[in-house]
Amino acid sequence: MLKFTKDHEWIAVDGDIATIGITNFAQKALGDVVFIELPPIGKALAAHADAAVVESVKAASDVYAPVSGTVTETNEALVADSSLVNSAPHTTGWFFKLKLSDPKELNSLMDQAAYDSYLKTL
Amino acid sequence: MDIPVADTLEDCVKTPLYDVHVTKAGRMVPFGGYALPVHYAEGIMAEHVWTRQHAGLFDVSHMGQVTLSGAGADVALEALLPGEIIGLTENRIRYSLFLDKHGGILDDLMVTRRADDLFLVVNGAVKHADIAHMRAHLEPKNIIVTYMDNHALMALQGPEAAVALTRLAPLCASLKFMQAGAMTVAGVECWVSRSGYTGEDGFEISVPAEQAATLAEKLLAEPEVKCIGLGARDSLRLEAGLPLYGHDITTQYNPVEADLSFAISKRRKTGKGFPGADKIMDQLLNGAPSKRIGLKLDGRQPVREGAIVYKGDEPVGVVTSGGFSPTLQQPVAMAYVTADCSADGTQLDIEVRGRKLQATVSPMPFVPHKYFR
Repeated sequence: MLKFTKDHEWIAVDGDIATIGITNFAQKALGDVVFIELPPIGKALAAHADAAVVESVKAASDVYAPVSGTVTETNEALVADSSLVNSAPHTTGWFFKLKLSDPKELNSLMDQAAYDSYLKTL
Repeated sequence: MDIPVADTLEDCVKTPLYDVHVTKAGRMVPFGGYALPVHYAEGIMAEHVWTRQHAGLFDVSHMGQVTLSGAGADVALEALLPGEIIGLTENRIRYSLFLDKHGGILDDLMVTRRADDLFLVVNGAVKHADIAHMRAHLEPKNIIVTYMDNHALMALQGPEAAVALTRLAPLCASLKFMQAGAMTVAGVECWVSRSGYTGEDGFEISVPAEQAATLAEKLLAEPEVKCIGLGARDSLRLEAGLPLYGHDITTQYNPVEADLSFAISKRRKTGKGFPGADKIMDQLLNGAPSKRIGLKLDGRQPVREGAIVYKGDEPVGVVTSGGFSPTLQQPVAMAYVTADCSADGTQLDIEVRGRKLQATVSPMPFVPHKYFR
């Protein structure tokens, strides 16, 4: 299951583990990313809490947790090469994985069709 | 995530090059009341690198182009700034600073003596304040201050700028850094200065507004030239160690603190006939309490304006500009720190989101200037 937030995070859910990244729209708006700060493994995140920071040549931007959960894994390849966000935001440029604390929270997020429609309104 | 969202573009003034930007897929943002491109299709990093290797065309029409005419304009202007203007010879450019009565920096500017007037280029954000300041304080009152809002200004910057421009304006090859002259560029009457804000060789071209777009298209048709947005303009000037008004220089700082003492011309040091001269001359001789310095950071995390600088646990200063240097592939910043922490090589820490990043005071420019002298 793939869902999206209005803040341009994507969340891919497999069982009770979700992988989170930012969308192609977000990486284009940010421009060249030069540094990424990811949350520590084991950290409990509330929904909408600050989870990661993306520094582009333009500015620093926060990435929020789309839903609540505990960080189980972070993308070390992304820390080593932050340009993966620009080149592959939906695949190898993922940010972190969460063990979901309340899968029902996913219901409030958009599916691909809804997100695509939302982008057209921006 | 929080994507930087632009304020409304609708209220912004369009420069004469607006349609060129849109045609070239410029991402338009509000900037000091003007709609200007922060970058084009390739992005800031690619534009930055292109300018360092080839030639970039920048729309800087938001900046204020002003002429002063009337007998004694040079004497009058000298009363407002610490530069040698009376002795400035025709078609030479001087970098200078408008100062308030305490010696604080109201703006930085370029002054060129032309045959019939003084030609000033001031920062866009404070141009109307500068014009009001001059109208209020230039003595005698017969000096005419003219805002050239019927002209666009573009900058062509980079190691291949001269090659490209010489095809359209052969006379430009006779200029050296900080010289200027009237000449036709692709048939258009322009005022061309060999100067810029990137640390590279290059030119600034003042052109009548109605001919600006045509001229820009002709420049962009040269193989060395691509259009470059505000984002790369900022990272280029940061690498070049050039201060940005409103950030690295403000009325809070005087020229000594801002490490711009070179702008206090030799003759003016003895005359003291400029605003804040007593304080500035005292600091020039005895040192200023704080100083604008360059910082290179370990790692890859940039620091931004407002970040606090520490020596151990002691706060000693504040970052005024920061970013990632595409040329050096490391973060760099400008900051004001206390004098005892300003020596090159001093190890400092910068706090970002509760963590401290290691930084070393480093000479500026971070990337060597390549002016044509």
